[in-house]
Amino acid sequence: MSSGEKYVAAAYAVVFATVLVWVALIAVKLVRLERETAELAELARRPRAAQTADDG
Amino acid sequence: MALALALVFFVAPEDADQGISQKIFYFHVPLALTAYACFATAAWKALRLLWTGEERYDLESYTAVHQGTIYGAMTLLTGSIWAKASWGRWWVWSEDQLVLFLVLFLFYCAYFMLRFSLEPGPSRARISAVYALFGVALIPVSFLAIRLSKNFIHPVVFTRDGPQMTGTMFAAFCVAWAAVLLLAALMYRVELLGKRLDLHLRELREALGAS
Repeated sequence: MSSGEKYVAAAYAVVFATVLVWVALIAVKLVRLERETAELAELARRPRAAQTADDG
Repeated sequence: MALALALVFFVAPEDADQGISQKIFYFHVPLALTAYACFATAAWKALRLLWTGEERYDLESYTAVHQGTIYGAMTLLTGSIWAKASWGRWWVWSEDQLVLFLVLFLFYCAYFMLRFSLEPGPSRARISAVYALFGVALIPVSFLAIRLSKNFIHPVVFTRDGPQMTGTMFAAFCVAWAAVLLLAALMYRVELLGKRLDLHLRELREALGAS
């Protein structure tokens, strides 16, 4: 591989790596949002479950 | 993106002067133009916020600045690699185009420092909007610097006589630019959705009285 080819590969690798890091960060955020949504859904269900138990 | 890469590496001819290192041009310039587009979008959203007072424009402007900064960082990195390949140096301080782009990039980096040093609310939204609007004035200065500069190390490809390249080179450049713009638009949408979802979840958490 010539030095010119190495620089071209490096430049394209920078773009690829940046997009990859961004995708990874978004994936991490998505996992956190999914977990928080599940927690909130559980929290919203709790009072209703308690009320059903009281009625019964 | 795949089509752009195929055109760049298999269809567009090698530059007679710079050789293979000229292939960096096909993504370096679209990245820079996309960064300008992101900053211009941020300024437009900021103007809408100041004009209408609608809160959603604050998040949209912030996301656009964030995207612009990512693309600006990629422009600086790919440009630096291209400079090393072509001029033998990673950076040339005497080049107005390079220095002005760095100034533009640092200006928008400072946007985050300003934004996160203020309490969230309408006041922060307005101050951030005014800052984003000021930054857009640097775009034409940065863009035209290469034409106003007396030092012509940085290549001038687009002149008044049109693009100084072959038809296939120009086609590869246009496809690469469209691909980068599409990628930026997609990243903007996904990031904005994530931020909105985050905001709604926080509101829901407060409404449910969770810690």
